[in-house]
Amino acid sequence: MRILVIGSGIVGASIARIASMYRDLDVYLVEREADVGWGASKANTGIIHPGHEEDPRLYPFRAKLCVEGNRLWKSWARDLDIPIKFPGELMLVFEGFESEARRYIDLARINGIPGVRLLYHDEVERMEPLISDEAVAAVWAPTAGIISPIDAVIALVENAVSNGIKLLTETEVKRVIVSDGRVRGVETNIGFIGADIVVNAGGIHADEIARTVGLSYRLKPRKGEYILFDSFVEAKPKHIIHPVPTSITKGVYIVETVEGNLMIGPTAVDLLEDAKDDTSTSTEGLSKLLSEASRLLKELPPRDRIVKFFAGVRPEPPNGDWIIEAYTDPWGFVDVAGIRSPGLTAAPAIALHVFNLIRERYDLKLKVKDSWNPHRRGIARIKDKPKQLIKRLVEEDSRYGSIVCWCNMVSEAEILEAIGRMKSIGLKTITLDGVKFRSKAMYGFCQGSFCRARIAYIVSKIEGIPLWDVRVNSTESKLGVGDVKSLVKGGSYD
Amino acid sequence: MTRYDTIVIGGGPAGLSAALKLKAKGFDSLVIESGDRIGGIPLQCIHPGFGLHYLGEDLTGTEFIHRLIGMVEDQGVEYRVRSHVVRVKPSRTGYPYKRIEAVSPYGFIEVETPILIYTAGARERTIFEIGVTGERLSGVFTAGEAQAYMDIFGILPGSRIVIIGSGDVGLIMARRFALEGAKVEAVIEMMPWPGGLTRNIVQCLLDYDIPLLLSRMVVRLEGKRRVEGVVTVRVDEDLNPIPGSEELIECDTVVVSAGLTPNVRLLEGLGLAMDPSTRGPIVDDYLESITYQGIFIAGNALVVNDLVDYVVEQGESAAEGASILLYEGVKPRSYVRITKGRNVRLIVPQYLSCEKDAVLYMRVQKPEYDVKVCFEEISREFRYPVVRPAEMIRLTLRRSDLEDLRRLDSLTVEVKRV
Repeated sequence: MRILVIGSGIVGASIARIASMYRDLDVYLVEREADVGWGASKANTGIIHPGHEEDPRLYPFRAKLCVEGNRLWKSWARDLDIPIKFPGELMLVFEGFESEARRYIDLARINGIPGVRLLYHDEVERMEPLISDEAVAAVWAPTAGIISPIDAVIALVENAVSNGIKLLTETEVKRVIVSDGRVRGVETNIGFIGADIVVNAGGIHADEIARTVGLSYRLKPRKGEYILFDSFVEAKPKHIIHPVPTSITKGVYIVETVEGNLMIGPTAVDLLEDAKDDTSTSTEGLSKLLSEASRLLKELPPRDRIVKFFAGVRPEPPNGDWIIEAYTDPWGFVDVAGIRSPGLTAAPAIALHVFNLIRERYDLKLKVKDSWNPHRRGIARIKDKPKQLIKRLVEEDSRYGSIVCWCNMVSEAEILEAIGRMKSIGLKTITLDGVKFRSKAMYGFCQGSFCRARIAYIVSKIEGIPLWDVRVNSTESKLGVGDVKSLVKGGSYD
Repeated sequence: MTRYDTIVIGGGPAGLSAALKLKAKGFDSLVIESGDRIGGIPLQCIHPGFGLHYLGEDLTGTEFIHRLIGMVEDQGVEYRVRSHVVRVKPSRTGYPYKRIEAVSPYGFIEVETPILIYTAGARERTIFEIGVTGERLSGVFTAGEAQAYMDIFGILPGSRIVIIGSGDVGLIMARRFALEGAKVEAVIEMMPWPGGLTRNIVQCLLDYDIPLLLSRMVVRLEGKRRVEGVVTVRVDEDLNPIPGSEELIECDTVVVSAGLTPNVRLLEGLGLAMDPSTRGPIVDDYLESITYQGIFIAGNALVVNDLVDYVVEQGESAAEGASILLYEGVKPRSYVRITKGRNVRLIVPQYLSCEKDAVLYMRVQKPEYDVKVCFEEISREFRYPVVRPAEMIRLTLRRSDLEDLRRLDSLTVEVKRV
């Protein structure tokens, strides 16, 4: 029995991990990009929501799976060594919006979320001195967390691959092949891949895949921009901050990422349907973020502390509800589509739910492998580690003492480990972005201007390719155009 | 724990000249360098313009730095390369010692010193810091990074180039790309005047027919995976974009030369007072931090210089200050603060002890002709036919001029029209 999961975002990767538990199941995880998690999963707020914003009367799935996911991430993150923290969340209440705040307290009660309560200004200010004086109160939700979504995807895939699944990157599904009412496989840019069950976790492109089996829903692309500040800023709240969503604006989040950077976002801009891959930032978006965030805090860090800005596109399903279904016509086609917020939070619960659905609907008799290993270790990092540990690491491997990224203190050993892990999950192309997401090099305030060349050089040596041929952020984007003198020696501009 | 009279963080021109000066005065020092070898940024500068003041010769960056490295080797100055300082903290053995910890492939380095000379240079401002939006694309480099690719690693980053910012590094890279047969589509400068030295405008742009677009800024990158073009817009006198003036310039590579910013993370962590106009530490005329005794700062970590000769001079000044502190110990000092007046963007040092001749480095906000730089309280003025933001003004105030000043607490510097 072969199950093929389309899309290695947080949802597809979670499903692949669950699928990797079972004997006699051949699992393929198929991804069109050069690496995993490069869609909405790498560019979002990274919040593990408590679940008090989900109304079970409107969206029963979202409410149930969000609450479960919040709980599950604690053990998943521990097993998979994913950086996570639970600082809690203050939903700020401004004058005139007290009744909205009450609604979330009520929802917390209905959804059984512990510890959610209303705090008045003085109490909020004691907890978080940076909040704006205009905030009259806040809804406190202690179970809100922060995770690094891209770290989570990488960890999930590493774990799934180590348990026997096969990852196929640079493989774009053109259509699902059906005959006699059953799924037979998928047609891709590298040819036909047979499968008995196809799980469509294609993110923003999931509707296009569903269309090839006759399903007609459409996902609306919604862009969210973010600003990332340096970790070294004074105005950095300890808790997750955002305003009570109102009819006028949903407001932005202010969070400290697991790496310690202050992050503001997202905006919400509906894109045209043909602009699904538009992850461009805009001047308007950035000003909007800064002005919205400045309503929440007494002060923001100065603009010269901005490290970078970026945008992600998230799928907005019709009516706001997730599309999770295992169809009997065609038999074997499973939709996990339109997974908008709180999809990251719910991902582990979605994966379990989807897998149970598959088992029941298609009557699969599955046994857990004896050898299934739930654990995976992250890359040992020397940044912020105690002196004794650094000494020991350097003694064991001198490359831990060779610091390549000066801003984020990433050693050559960590770069090599990142590349090794990319190879071990079967990536065909070692991109600098992939190295960056894994090692956290090139992530600091210099944005790689000091270290990117050295890292690219390491990649070129390992891959046995010229330095200029190292890929940056996709299979087609090369670092340079040739060796020096290549143009003078008769190359052309084109 | 090994103790040194001084520890120098950063083995570029500032750090090496400081260490050489200390050696000449009989003090030992250890230079700690992050890179694979000592020398710093001049190692990748194959263009001339180095050493006219310090060595009396016009050399390329590589020639210049190898002279300096030669002196360091001859004099037996101690240094460690591939050593990255992770912490500076007050030593457990007590004031005034500082403990410095660094990681290197040869092991963990822990040393103590009463005096730290911080010469970690500057870093380049990124595309994000200048507010350029758009997709995250390949083909975007800072000027120094592009320079390293071409002149250290031997590869060509692109073939159709747009350079953002007309600072010296950007101009030099424009010529460098032209010499490689690449087409430099434009150098784009937001200000109504160029950001680099006049000699570089002539030798790097005019000589190669490279267009310089003034009062224009790049607002957005276009492209899917790699840069395919930049959208530029004209700006008015207040640097606000003029609606309707958008223009697309096609290119495959964007080189950001939007200035440098002192690399002072470690010092910020120690709580040293910083000057928002230089983005470096606030220092006195010994180049010692005004708020942290025993830490001297020189070179681009102090203030972004346009000549290596000034960098070297500052390195030597810091060493001078350090050796006085080592000889004489801590003395109570009173300072006169320098206040910036008309058309003064920045000045270093920010405080004067008035105990010695003081060398001042300053930049103006906007270009002016026939001006004088005036220090009213001491009735001193310096005439200049022209002053430009791109050209650092270096001047010396004599100790005799400063003695009367001790009664005051502030000295005003301003640029006046003659």
